[in-house]
Amino acid sequence: MTRRDTEPTTHDAAPADRNATPTDRAATPTARAGTPPGRGPALRAGAFRMSALPISGVVPPRTVAVCLALIVATFGVLCVSLALGDYPVSLPDVLSALVGGDNGGSAFIVRELRLPRALTGLLVGAAFAVSGAIFQTITRNPLASPDMIGINAGATTAVVGGIVLGVGSGAWLGVLGALATAALIYLLAWRRGASGYRIVLVGIGVAWMCTSATDYLLTHAKLHEAQEAFGWLVGSINGRGWETVGPLALAVGLLLPLVLLLTLWSRTLALGDDVARGLGTPVQRARFGLLLAGVGLVAFATAAAGPVLFVALAAPQVAQRLAGQATPPPATSALTGAFMVLVSDLLARYLIPDADLPVGVVTGALGAAFLLWLLARANRAGAGG
Amino acid sequence: MTAHQPELRAEGLRLAYPGRIVVEDLDLELPTGRITAIVGANACGKSTLLRALARLMPPAAGCVRLDGEAIHTLPTRQVARQVGILPQSPVTPAGLTVVDLVSRGRSPHQSWWQQWSAADEAAVSAALAATGMTDLAHRPVDELSGGQRQRAWIAMAVAQETPVLLLDEPTTFLDLSHQIDVLDLVVDLNRRDGRTVVMVLHDLNQAGRYADHLVALKAGRIAAQGGPAAVITPEVVADVFDVDCQVTVDPVSGTPLIIPGGRHHLLGASAEE
Repeated sequence: MTRRDTEPTTHDAAPADRNATPTDRAATPTARAGTPPGRGPALRAGAFRMSALPISGVVPPRTVAVCLALIVATFGVLCVSLALGDYPVSLPDVLSALVGGDNGGSAFIVRELRLPRALTGLLVGAAFAVSGAIFQTITRNPLASPDMIGINAGATTAVVGGIVLGVGSGAWLGVLGALATAALIYLLAWRRGASGYRIVLVGIGVAWMCTSATDYLLTHAKLHEAQEAFGWLVGSINGRGWETVGPLALAVGLLLPLVLLLTLWSRTLALGDDVARGLGTPVQRARFGLLLAGVGLVAFATAAAGPVLFVALAAPQVAQRLAGQATPPPATSALTGAFMVLVSDLLARYLIPDADLPVGVVTGALGAAFLLWLLARANRAGAGG
Repeated sequence: MTAHQPELRAEGLRLAYPGRIVVEDLDLELPTGRITAIVGANACGKSTLLRALARLMPPAAGCVRLDGEAIHTLPTRQVARQVGILPQSPVTPAGLTVVDLVSRGRSPHQSWWQQWSAADEAAVSAALAATGMTDLAHRPVDELSGGQRQRAWIAMAVAQETPVLLLDEPTTFLDLSHQIDVLDLVVDLNRRDGRTVVMVLHDLNQAGRYADHLVALKAGRIAAQGGPAAVITPEVVADVFDVDCQVTVDPVSGTPLIIPGGRHHLLGASAEE
């Protein structure tokens, strides 16, 4: 397979515009037909077309390779994560437990105790990452991820409020909180022809308001309430069971395919509202649908694990660079997010022995370093927003 | 290219931003298969009018009609197969390659199961060839020079294969040679495929040379329209731009050429003035 960035001619053509313009320009009007399709090097690497059915598309080989590598790596980390613990299980036993084998205690430990936690991490990582990819693509700003613009913070405020005010301690409060915060940001920033920059500013303001509200609620909390609430301040997947995995898997299973279907629209939205509308994209509907899917993913992920910090910001950006794309590709982002959370969880478990750190502490520390790098880079390129 | 040439016109058009009317009661018929240039002073409503013609801005009153149908009520995808618009200085996502950008111009012709048909590939390679971008197809757009970047965006609009093409100041921020480059390309597109082109231009002399039909706007109303010789006159220029000028004949193209006056550097005037 040819990789798209290995064409030798492209680099030589760089100065042609400046230096050799007369010939370059003279050639322009006469070059009529272009390369006939089907001959010569492929215009786009990874293009496929079915002869029998009207089905065609472009799957960049590099993205495919990255996705396959991520699937293997994520599965590897998942197995290691299932094997390690107070009662170590050998990798062959893990695999046999996963395919339904029954060899006594280890199968129970793997399937009932460890697998739900690992799957929660995997799904939460994928959900946050895809949501981040959506927000970053349609605002055209890498800083506009849901954890930066306060959607996670809103979910946390709702959950902590529920615990402290005695309304109830349910994941559904997190879902409501995320939806309400997203609606607020949409009304404040998006309705009036929003630029990515404006959404980031409004979002950061909303995020701080939510954080303040959470802090205020915590000052009024009793000790056991504060302990219960703490798990929601930093994302954690400790002790999650199948009852957490169920709704999360359903949400990801429904929303992820929807997002993949909407890529046709997000590809044009990434070029700006006017261009997208000119290309026949129903901009308001497309953006609303994508946002709703993104907010839904954040809401269910936060409800399952709390705000696992920086995954939504970092995973899509890492995926974009791995795949060599201009905007974060959703499927690659999902796999990157899943991998990040699983690795962070392993680190959280074994970095500091006996501390049982929440996974959000690790993703927060790693993600903050990544954010600094991203900002420094954006600053150098002069393109922060 | 489709054989049918749709007809684009505005009827009783009023365009307004909150608290400010930009265009008032404007009737305009755009000659099919010709190049029209919209000219006028800054803030006279040129770009706003172009945006309305491309259904990017809903009218406050009146309407834009595409083949007699109100363009704002037509399905946006259907319009996108008839009318292409290149807004003023669009922003490209960092790292997007030329061929990826140009391919996105095909989206009104695509569906989720059909994203790279033979027609798509033919249109994209033809658009790259027509704009001289074939050799740069795999380079990121943000690493190109201003002129190449503009050609890449025009290639995207060309790949859309619309019989009507609207361009908002396609020569802004380009040096002289690239301005001529882009305008020559526009004439190619018009002559070869018979596309109707409507563009907003700043430079009256370029408008006079490259357009078949000129529309001069003043404060949201049409001050004059017609062929270059009818619009580029000292009277119209004085009215629209508030500048005294002489009009002579462009020695290269034979089209009208304006030479603006001013307060300084006038022959016969003393240096102190």
